[in-house]
Amino acid sequence: MLGKLTLSAIPYDVPILVGTFIGVAVIGIAVLAAVTYFKKWGYLWREWLTTVDHKKLAIMYVILGLVMLVRGFADALMMRTQLALAYAGNPGYLPPHHYDQVFSAHGTIMIFFMAMVMMQALFNFVVPLQIGARDVAFPLINSISFYMTLVSAILINVSLFIGEFSNVGWLGYPPISELQFNPGVGVDYYIWSVQISGIGTLLTGMNFLTTIVKLRAPGMKWMHIPVFTWTAFFACIMILTTFPVLTVSMALLALDRYLGMHFFTNDGGGSVMLYLNLIWSWGHPEVYILILPAFGVFSEIAATFSGKPLFGYATMVIATGIITFLGSIVWVHHFFTMGSGADVNTFFGIMTMFIAVPTGVKIFNWLFTMYKGRVRFEGPMNWIVGFMITFSIGGMTGVMMAMPAADWVIHNSLFLVAHFHNVIIGGVFFGYVAGLSYWFPKAFGFKMRDVWGKWAFRFWFVGFYLSFMPLYVVGLEGMTRRMNHYDNPNWHPWLLVACVGVFVLAAGVACQVIQFCFCSV
Amino acid sequence: MSYDTMHAPVAHSEEHEHHQQETTIFGFWVYLMTDCIIFGTLFAVFATLCHHFAGGPTGKELFDIKNVEIETAILLLSSITYGFASINAHKKNKGAVLVWLLLTFILGVSFVTLEIKEFHELVARGAGPDQSAFLSSFFTLVGTHGLHVTIGLIWMFVLFFQIMGKQGLSSRMQTKLTCLSLFWHFLDIVWICVFSFVYLGSVV
Repeated sequence: MLGKLTLSAIPYDVPILVGTFIGVAVIGIAVLAAVTYFKKWGYLWREWLTTVDHKKLAIMYVILGLVMLVRGFADALMMRTQLALAYAGNPGYLPPHHYDQVFSAHGTIMIFFMAMVMMQALFNFVVPLQIGARDVAFPLINSISFYMTLVSAILINVSLFIGEFSNVGWLGYPPISELQFNPGVGVDYYIWSVQISGIGTLLTGMNFLTTIVKLRAPGMKWMHIPVFTWTAFFACIMILTTFPVLTVSMALLALDRYLGMHFFTNDGGGSVMLYLNLIWSWGHPEVYILILPAFGVFSEIAATFSGKPLFGYATMVIATGIITFLGSIVWVHHFFTMGSGADVNTFFGIMTMFIAVPTGVKIFNWLFTMYKGRVRFEGPMNWIVGFMITFSIGGMTGVMMAMPAADWVIHNSLFLVAHFHNVIIGGVFFGYVAGLSYWFPKAFGFKMRDVWGKWAFRFWFVGFYLSFMPLYVVGLEGMTRRMNHYDNPNWHPWLLVACVGVFVLAAGVACQVIQFCFCSV
Repeated sequence: MSYDTMHAPVAHSEEHEHHQQETTIFGFWVYLMTDCIIFGTLFAVFATLCHHFAGGPTGKELFDIKNVEIETAILLLSSITYGFASINAHKKNKGAVLVWLLLTFILGVSFVTLEIKEFHELVARGAGPDQSAFLSSFFTLVGTHGLHVTIGLIWMFVLFFQIMGKQGLSSRMQTKLTCLSLFWHFLDIVWICVFSFVYLGSVV
């Protein structure tokens, strides 16, 4: 009945996983027992699990996103401690096969199940309220989107305890993700969870585009739309143009693995380069899908806490549109080294650098919004100031790597890892956290106590610089990403600093958990 | 929706229903465009891999254009019959809608049957999707289209009995008919591209 599933698929010999399993089981049983004890099953079923209300779905998205943040962060903690230890002959505590799964899960979870989930939470909560719609255009489909995301999040966590997870990075590059080199179930977990959540996101994009186009309050013309909704609109357009490509790439990889086809295999005429083009023509727009709503959040917050209307509304909207367009035609910069030729690389390099222009416009708009305003440095405002400093640095290192010649030297190094964490933590994550605390009172009717949020910000801000600035250095010194251990004595001090940084970040996460769990204390 | 209709209760509910239909059809259009990108991507994959024969058979050796021409004729004809169903739906002529839907359904089933027969013959000749990248991309592209047609047929089957039943040609059913018609004509357009680029492109 269980097919190929045997007891050996359960990793009871790995102490970390056994410990995690016991922890998850204890917490799970405690939650279920509490629900039973307080007789809340009926309430939970009627009011939450079967709801199609966009505001409640938003809250469920937030809970999912925070749980997955903790899960993905645990992976980060393990990687940094491993690299602090695994030096000069010391193998560290994570064997290579396990380490590979950890970084693959970290990337997959943080993008698909933390960032995308938080983004959909904000879409759900904010967009219908901002445009005066009673709900989204298709509420049932909205709930289906959530459950597709939830199912794939569960799937990726099941892989911890039954079988294994993908060990080939968050994008599952072939040929190593092909059956020939990866006969285990890890890549299958990856394909299914990405595929299902991707289709869920596609449905979200469809739903919100329709909502924004068709369900605006009477009299709300296009240039009356609040900036966050504008950014959601453009993000939806990118979701609709690129997520189908993700669906196809995952489907083709699955066909290779299940039906012995030859899309990306080494033999039979398959083309690995095709996969790279497909996955990145989704993958690059994806990071803009994540960052645009964060820009929208910052626009709302900057205006509110400066006591002034947003500076340059129209330019903000136009810049968002330009980023949407440019963001869709730069994907080749992820593999300049593939050998597309100088002309192609130059085109994509220049397009990439152009993106800095509309992004710069936005930064100046927020600065001018604050200029001569009555700025109140409450929680959300802290994040936006931290964002502007951090994101600008990340943007500059991005422009550095947009030069194909420079990229040939630093591609696939920790410099790259530092760069994308710089923009994703400093941009996306700061933005979404700011958005959560900004709209929290709208959802629950009271303000979260700011003190824990401010401490969370301080730890995240300092922790970020401690963790990732050293990675720029070791990256320039030639340390490639996804290394399990190393011998170079020059790298060791930097990686120790990064390890300290990750514990500072852990303090930030702890503050956030406290803030959300005891929000009024 | 204009301001004054908002305050007139009778007009409001009609207006609301009309608006709802418009929203549904817009949403369906958006879905179709994402489907269009799925097909676009599969065409791009085929264009990349269509000469990767890996020593196996080429399209020129494999494809039976006569069979494909019949398939094309059947599918195009089914678009016309569906068009007549749409016209009669506007005229609220329930009987005629059902007859034209039935005809469309029969044509659709014949199309899928011919396609399955073609696939079966190819696999029997040792030219299955696992033989070369060219065949993988061919089977996936054409198969995805066939799968869409099959889903459209299931939808048509359900819709047929819904229209036959109590609902008749209510505005809800009309919306559904419109969505299916968009879907069906869209698949026709995709098939024209399949016929031109995949089959004709391979044998020329």
